[in-house]
Amino acid sequence: MADDDDALIRVRAVRKRFGSREVLKGIDLTVRRGEVAVLLGPSGSGKSTLLRCINHLETVDGGRIEVGGHLVGYSPKKGKLYEMTPRQVADQRRTIGMVFQRFNLFPHMTALDNITAAPLAVLRQPKRDARARAMQLLDRVGLADWAGHYPAQLSGGQQQRVAIARALAMDPEVMLFDEPTSALDPELVGEVLAVMRELARSGMTMVVVTHEMNFAAEVADQITFMDDGAVVERGTPDEVLTRPRNARTREFLQRVL
Amino acid sequence: MTDTQRQATTESDDVLAVPLRHPWRWASALVLGLLFAWLAVELWNNQNIDHATIGNYLFNSRILSGAVMTVFLTFAAMAVSTVLGVLVAGMKLSANPVLSFLAWFYVWVFRGSPLLVQIVFWGYLGLLFSEIVFGVPMTDIVFLRANTNALIPPLVAGLIALTLNQTAYSAEIIRAGLLSVDSGQREAAYSLGMSPLRTFSKIVLPQAMRVIIPPMGNETISMLKDTSLLSVIAVLELYTAATRIASQNLRQVELLLVITIWYVVMTTALSIPQHYLEKRFGRGTGAQDGILDRTLSRAWSALRRRSDARG
Ligand SMILES: Nc1ncnc2c1ncn2[C@@H]1O[C@H](COP(=O)(O)OP(=O)(O)OP(=O)(O)O)[C@@H](O)[C@H]1O
Ligand SMILES: [Mg+2]
Repeated sequence: MADDDDALIRVRAVRKRFGSREVLKGIDLTVRRGEVAVLLGPSGSGKSTLLRCINHLETVDGGRIEVGGHLVGYSPKKGKLYEMTPRQVADQRRTIGMVFQRFNLFPHMTALDNITAAPLAVLRQPKRDARARAMQLLDRVGLADWAGHYPAQLSGGQQQRVAIARALAMDPEVMLFDEPTSALDPELVGEVLAVMRELARSGMTMVVVTHEMNFAAEVADQITFMDDGAVVERGTPDEVLTRPRNARTREFLQRVL
Repeated sequence: MTDTQRQATTESDDVLAVPLRHPWRWASALVLGLLFAWLAVELWNNQNIDHATIGNYLFNSRILSGAVMTVFLTFAAMAVSTVLGVLVAGMKLSANPVLSFLAWFYVWVFRGSPLLVQIVFWGYLGLLFSEIVFGVPMTDIVFLRANTNALIPPLVAGLIALTLNQTAYSAEIIRAGLLSVDSGQREAAYSLGMSPLRTFSKIVLPQAMRVIIPPMGNETISMLKDTSLLSVIAVLELYTAATRIASQNLRQVELLLVITIWYVVMTTALSIPQHYLEKRFGRGTGAQDGILDRTLSRAWSALRRRSDARG
């Protein structure tokens, strides 16, 4: 794929090793502003690791990742790359929202406080503004009546929607989703996908790891199929899902469809 | 019974739920009650105990100021050692090998030696180093030079000993608490752009508190009683005050009973703030109510029922 001036996320030849095992073997990925990129692949193929590298929850062992034109985790100075301080990394992560498979809501805070926590602590927003914005976001994910509830009092689907609202409260440029519906009962998957669909329509740039093929077919602008730490195939949903060229892609699709 | 209740029970398809009875709870409570009553009577009728002395000294001013000193020592040592304990726990969990070794070494030294020895060490530091000098080592630059016994009177020595010892234990409790928090919590906070320090104070520590508070309550109660060890360096806390009085009037048992009453009163008082702290940090977990809550709410509903029956 050619480099693109419009690219919001640019992943180039990224390598990642855990011990002696290389789990990312030179990954490329380009996502333009407003695009939805879906990552597919069997378990252990490195999808989560790639997402975690994009917001520097993992360091990379090779290659480079840029978000919004800025190198993730390193500052270039005089032709060298210097690892960022934890502070600088934290500043950089503000623009990258992440939604986890197991929600990871803060259990000691209400839904509302979960959403306002970072805007208050990181952005130093006035309390009233942060709360007003949080209520707006809760309304957007259909949970306006649940602001005062603790995560333990919410269903999985509701928790994940709060988690999405929490990430949106930082006004990120990009949202990363790591199997956001895999931990949900089947009847709760729809409500979370509906929120994500709306988000995609509103123009949010998204990278989504999912096994929901209908969602991928409908919402994705591009699909990347990974296996064993490498990109095997990529293209439009139509190309990858209905006319896969690679045998491993075909085999995978047969199993999940 | 109200009318609606009566109506409900006469409906044929409604079940009147009878809560499970617990006859053995009542039986065991009765047996225990009798045992305690017997013990109390035996103690009370013991000819060797002069009950008047107990009454006379319970609110004696030297005993009272000893109790105040004990409370002060307990709170001061617990407060400072908790802060230091968070620090040592953080160091021990740190990725920096120098910090984590230092923390490990600290815990090793202070848990490895008897508290009594540490107290004597700080109390008699003047015998080891007659002067304490703050300056730049190996040079003649001196900021402060002081006589050890003047700089560290027994009270300060006692506080240092209790605090440093307690720090080692608290650090381990706090470390266990921090480890109990799911790593996903830290990642979620990081992904929102929170710095490591803010993640620690806003996200990880409050959740760890739920695990930390019950054992820390225990530690506070132990501390309350460990302050009596400071009698070896003549700090005038409750136990020292009692032994001084007893050495004059030779009523050792009575005075020990007096201070036992005070220790029991103080440990009882301590369990109340612990209860509310547990509730405060248990928010969102649906943690079960403790015995205090259950007793209170049961007493409350019994009262209500009785007044309902009357009204
Ligand atoms: N922190 C870690 N330490 C060691 N190995 C790891 C770590 N995280 C991931 N791995 C390994 O890296 C490989 C890729 O893991 P990753 O979680 O990225 O896969 P995935 O594609 O997301 O799979 P899944 O669909 O099961 O979530 C796996 O073999 C996994 O065991
Ligand atoms: Mg994964």
